[in-house]
Amino acid sequence: MDEVKIIEIKKSVFADNDADAAKLREELKRKGVFLLNLMSSPGSGKTTTLIKTINLLKDKLRVAVMEADIDSDVDAKKILAATGVQSIQLHTGGMCHLDAEMTRQGLDGLALDDVDLCILENVGNLVCPAEFDTGATKNCMILSVPEGDDKPLKYPLMFSVCDLVLINKIDVAKYFDFDIERCKGYIRMRNPRAEVIEISALTGEGVDKFAAWLIDQVRKQREEK
Amino acid sequence: MHELGVVFYIIRDVKAVAEENHVQKVHSVTLEIGEVSTVIPHLLEDCWNWAVKREPIMDAAKLKVEQIDAVTYCEDCKGTYPTVQYGKICPLCGSEHTYLLKGNEVSIKEIEAT
Repeated sequence: MDEVKIIEIKKSVFADNDADAAKLREELKRKGVFLLNLMSSPGSGKTTTLIKTINLLKDKLRVAVMEADIDSDVDAKKILAATGVQSIQLHTGGMCHLDAEMTRQGLDGLALDDVDLCILENVGNLVCPAEFDTGATKNCMILSVPEGDDKPLKYPLMFSVCDLVLINKIDVAKYFDFDIERCKGYIRMRNPRAEVIEISALTGEGVDKFAAWLIDQVRKQREEK
Repeated sequence: MHELGVVFYIIRDVKAVAEENHVQKVHSVTLEIGEVSTVIPHLLEDCWNWAVKREPIMDAAKLKVEQIDAVTYCEDCKGTYPTVQYGKICPLCGSEHTYLLKGNEVSIKEIEAT
């Protein structure tokens, strides 16, 4: 039998994904495509928020959507029917998150020359998506009122990787024990740089601010070129 | 929670190294896993045992895990302390200005192969 040899590797398991993600981010910047990675728990209102926001934006920016789910294509169909923008469904094949390679495969399925803003709706989960860099230009998460104002304490990594936190369903805040100022304090503890916008995807309150934030971010990325 | 995804990354890396080094068979893979990496070793092993059977070059490869203790550094009192026991607040001076020194690693240390 051949002699057993030990090969030293000393490499982080996430190193390849981080490198892929950085490369993808750079390519998107060159193409003038802003990619937003949108994360949240299941049921926080991601799809409803997107529909309202895209309908405010679509005359100003060319928008596309990638919906990631473990299975089904209900979200992609819903987005297309309600907004008319390019929308594709990605299946993660049972995985709890998307990584940079899966994101790239999704982008290959879109006509990117006609896109200013691409929104990636990540798998509904507050743990795993935070660990894997997708290559997005910015990260955003939605926290909805019924989930509770203590989520930044329970899922610190998610809040620390986000550039923007949307607090959704503020129209029902009075029915829940949810203190918006306390929640903002917890978010600042985990991530002093994160911006916070309060919205109600149902009534439309605050959605214009999110739309304005996106327009501003797309402009900033272009100016950096 | 995403142990299966981590296992797929490891298999991809190990296969690349095996090819570069022209090895026929991988017998074991040693990982360094931090105490606060969120990767649970016994779940990782379950995913490993399922996934390697599908890879001829490493279908009987054993997974060895070396745990790395988590240590946090305090910027105010310059002290260090065990993260899992005390969390984000420094037990020496009560400061919240702390950061993790080590303990979130998920790395491949080495492989044994012929």
